[in-house]
Parts: sequence; C-alpha cells; structure tokens
Amino acid sequence: MSNPLRGPSPGLEPLEEKTLAEKLFLVRFKVDSASHLILNKDLCLDCTVRACLVICPSEVYKWTEGRPEITVSYEGCLECGACRIACASGAIDWRSPRGGFGVCYKFG
Amino acid sequence: MADRFDCIIVGAGPAGCAAAYKLASDGMSVIVFERGEYPGSKNMSGGILYSTILNKLIPEFWKEAPVERHVTRRRYSMLSKDSEAALDVNINAFSEPPYNNSFTVLRAKFDRWFAKKAEDAGALIVTEAVVDGFITDNEKITGVKVRMEGGEVLAGAVILADGANSLLSEKAGLREKPAAKEMILGVKEIISLPKEVIEDRFSLEGGQGAALEFFGQCLGGFAGQGFIYTNADCLSVGIGCPISVLQENGLKPAGLIEAFKKHPSVRNLLRGGRIEEYGAHMIPEGGFSAMPELTKDGLILCGDAGGLVNPSLYKEGSNLAMASGVFAAETVIEAKKRGDFSKAALDAYVEKLENSFVLKDMKRFKDAPEILRKAPELFKEYPEELLELLRLHFTVSEASKDEVHGELRRSFKGKVPAWRLLKNLWKLRRIIS
Ligand SMILES: Cc1cc2nc3c(=O)[nH]c(=O)nc-3n(C[C@H](O)[C@H](O)[C@H](O)COP(=O)(O)OP(=O)(O)OC[C@H]3O[C@@H](n4cnc5c(N)ncnc54)[C@H](O)[C@@H]3O)c2cc1C
Ligand code: SF4
Ligand code: SF4
Repeated sequence: MSNPLRGPSPGLEPLEEKTLAEKLFLVRFKVDSASHLILNKDLCLDCTVRACLVICPSEVYKWTEGRPEITVSYEGCLECGACRIACASGAIDWRSPRGGFGVCYKFG
Repeated sequence: MADRFDCIIVGAGPAGCAAAYKLASDGMSVIVFERGEYPGSKNMSGGILYSTILNKLIPEFWKEAPVERHVTRRRYSMLSKDSEAALDVNINAFSEPPYNNSFTVLRAKFDRWFAKKAEDAGALIVTEAVVDGFITDNEKITGVKVRMEGGEVLAGAVILADGANSLLSEKAGLREKPAAKEMILGVKEIISLPKEVIEDRFSLEGGQGAALEFFGQCLGGFAGQGFIYTNADCLSVGIGCPISVLQENGLKPAGLIEAFKKHPSVRNLLRGGRIEEYGAHMIPEGGFSAMPELTKDGLILCGDAGGLVNPSLYKEGSNLAMASGVFAAETVIEAKKRGDFSKAALDAYVEKLENSFVLKDMKRFKDAPEILRKAPELFKEYPEELLELLRLHFTVSEASKDEVHGELRRSFKGKVPAWRLLKNLWKLRRIIS
C-alpha cells in the first residue's frame, strides 16, 4: 500500500504532460491537398475581434503579423465547427473535407 | 437517370443509424451517406449512451454492441479553486439488465457497430460520401447532391441527421447559423489506464462504470463543466463551455482542458495515465427555443441537427437522437403508404416527438440555458463560498462548536446576498428536475 505522506509510489506518477502539438500528433488525420476552410481575407483584415484565434481547440488559425494575414493550418482541423459559429463576419466558408479525408477518430 | 430510394439519410450517427435500421427492417429501400472513412470516425461524445430506444430496436444489444461499461456510479462535484464537495450515488441494482439503459461508449466503435446493424437489416451505407446540397422540385426536396461522380440521388423523403454542425439544415432554409451562446464546445481526451486501476480508483467491479460531472470552478470560474467517464480500459476526460463564453473571455479551449486536468481533485484520478487521443465536438444546447423548424416538403430533421439535446443536468442527446430517428422512420413509412411526402404529412413526426419524452423534456427544461447564462455566480462565488463554509465546518480547532457556528453564520451572511441566493436556488429547480 502506498502512504501519501511518504511521497508518490511507483506507478502513480502524475498524468503525462503533452503540448497541443503532441496531442494532435496522436490524432489520425487523412490530409487532403487543399484546405476545406476558405477565409475571405478582406473581411479578416477589417476584423478586430479575431474570434477564430481564440476559439479553435486545435489552434488552426494563426495571425501572421509580417504578412499581415490569418494562416490556416487546416491539416489539424478537428472539424468541430466552432470557428464558423464564432466568426461574426461570416468570413469562413466551412466545407466538410472531401469524403474520407480529415479527422478520423479511433476512440471518439 | 439518378437512383431513386424510398428514403435517403444523411449522417450515420445515432439518429441516422436508428432511422436506417427501422426503415430497412420494415423493408423500405434506404441509403445512408456518411462523410467519414467509417461511421463514427468523425464523432465524439462524453459519453454516456442512454439506450431505452436502442433496447427496443435491438433487444439486449449490449450482448453484442461495443459498450464500455454500464454506469452504476454517478458523482456530482462542486469544485472551488482547490477543493471539492460531492454527491456520490452508487446503485448496485443498475448492474442488472437492462443496466439502467446507461452505458459508456466510444463513438468511433459504437457508431460503426450500429451502422453495420442497419446494413445487415438491408440499408445501403455509403461512407466517404459528403452530401453538399439538395435536389429540389418547386421548393420540395426530392433528393441530395453527393460530392462524387454521378452524385445525384433521389428519394421520397430525406432524413437529415448530420449532427450539431448541420450545414444542410441551413441550406434547406430551416434555420440560420446558430448563435454562439447556443452552442457548447466540448473538448475531450482519452486517457488510458489499466482496467484494474480504473476499477480500484473508481470503486467498481465487473463491468460497472462511473460518470463524474464537475461543476463550479472547473473552468477558472467561467460557465461550463467538466467530466470523467470510465471506459473499459481508458477514461474520457473533458470539458464543455459555451462558445460565447470562450469568445467573450478570450479562453482557449486547449488551455481550459489542461487547467481542468490539473485541479487537485481531478489530477489524482488521472495519475499514471497516458493520453491516447484528443478531440472536439459541438453540442447544441440552446434548448427548445433555439430549435429549428423540423420538417419541410420531403425533409425531416433528426438528432443534433434538430437541436434535440436536453440542456438540463441530465445532459441527454443520444437517446433523443435515436428516438427522433425512429419517429422519422415511422413517419416516412406512413408517408410512403399514402404516397404523400409533403410537409403536412411529415408533420406527423413532430406530433410523435410531442407525445414522447423528447419534446416533453425539451419543453420542461426550456429555460435551463437562459438560467445558466444569467447566474454567473453559480460558477464562481457560490462554489467558493460553499467550500469555505465546509472548510470552516470541518476545521479542527479548540474553539467551541458554538463559536464555530457563529463564525459560519457571519461568514455566510457577509458574502452571499440571501435574496439572490434564494432566487437562484428557486430557478435551479428548472435545471435539476
Ligand atoms: C463532449 C460531448 C459530450 C456528450 N455527452 C453526452 C452524453 O453523455 N450522453 C448523451 O446522451 N449525449 C451526449 N452528447 C451528445 C450526443 O453525442 C449527441 O446528441 C448525439 O451524438 C447526436 O447524434 P446525431 O446522430 O444527431 O449526430 P452525430 O452523432 O453528430 O452524427 C452526425 C453524422 O453525420 C455525418 N455528417 C455530417 N454532415 C454530413 C454530410 N454533409 N454528408 C454526410 N455525412 C455527414 C457526421 O460525420 C456524423 O457521422 C455529448 C456530446 C459531446 C460533444
Ligand atoms: S475568420 Fe472571422 S473571426 Fe477570424 S479574423 Fe477572419 S473575420 Fe475575424
Ligand atoms: S472546425 Fe474546429 S478544429 Fe477546425 S478550424 Fe474550426 S474551430 Fe478549429
């Protein structure tokens, strides 16, 4: 038996830590050659909210200051649809990836 | 000439599979289009599958279906920043068939099985097939456009079961894009642990399962909740938060689930685990008032696409999805007999929903989403205060019990305005029972 006052016993280490990128590496994606998320970049330039940068659980959207524009790493999209709901300007043309492509859960 | 079926179903989740199974069992010609590589490959839930409907459709399905555990233990926790108070209910009678009709499932496995059952019953299941739109004849829906060669397929009726992110119900003109406050974003990890560890840690035996729901300060004081469900040899660990709350407070979902897992009362339940998968999915929790119109000429909406999720503490979606799928199938069968697929004929579906638990519960809990939105203190001040009271109550000291109780009363009165607490408790009834 383990005694908590005597510190952790073997086998009871804390849950392993993983970064988001490492977690996404565990998910199976069948990546298509073209993005299924098309942004209207003009609307994005005028957008001050940039809800997409916050909302995405996979952090698909990144603001690139130098360009300046939003880049879309559609390869890691979990297809939850939250960005489409969050973007008030309607700048995201959200299409389902081609049949069989995109996220493919083993557990779900 | 395009192919023609009695019924086309879009989406092979619980709603679509239930409809397909029912229609095919009755000898109707039915085709199901599913965009994923296999049914379930795009689907994620907590998830407890509530199975009253499924058990009628396929009696004793648990003998063959890939269910993980039957839920005997339910635990409701209130978290403050670093403490926890919980109600823990363990009912051993739920270990007898039909296992209280609540099973933990992993949807990539379960949906695949369910779709196979529909296929065995005679439904045609086409995977890797995205439906992009409808074929119409004078506003009446007569078929669908599938993103593939020769992808025009006709039918008497289309059952739309494309889930929470239902692009097609918008295309059909039945609704606008849902508002951010009506949609919850769920983020979940699968964390593997040996079966024995799970049973020891959650006090389970012989296939029993636990469902732990966490309220209060799960998400740093913002509206939302956390959960841990036990599967055979892994845990489903996740959070849910309205998209509007994430947006308004600049909360990143990936960070929120990390914070939840690190809460002292949560992290100890996850020790020794390995992360196996990460996923996200929306839940339509706008309740009754956010529901779209459910029918139009040639079209019926089922499950999440129709907003059929009970937004109360019960958190049911799977059984509403399956019930609506079965009702839609029955309606299409009757419509075919009469040769009438008009909206008027298909509205028999809505009547069936109204006479069942589906719309009765949706109406009963119609205010739940609004109540939760209007009482932010439920997630921050109340849990802190409750746990502070409990801390004072349980603190061992040399003060007399009279002194301790006096201190308790003073502390409580000072912080929580009584009238507002009473008002909130009164309203909370509408969420709980
Ligand atoms: C985090 C989380 C926890 C949950 N917990 C619970 C719980 O504990 N208990 C409970 O009862 N419910 C729970 N739910 C809700 C439950 O998962 C849903 O209510 C249920 O899955 C709805 O079933 P459905 O068949 O309507 O939709 P879905 O299961 O989403 O199925 C829709 C299907 O349609 C397919 N599809 C979509 N668009 C297209 C298209 N254009 N062409 C072809 N195919 C398409 C999708 O790939 C998918 O297979 C939870 C949900 C989440 C996200
Ligand atoms: S996608 Fe929408 S939210 Fe994001 S920057 Fe563009 S307009 Fe703004
Ligand atoms: S659908 Fe979800 S995962 Fe994909 S980009 Fe939008 S928010 Fe991110």
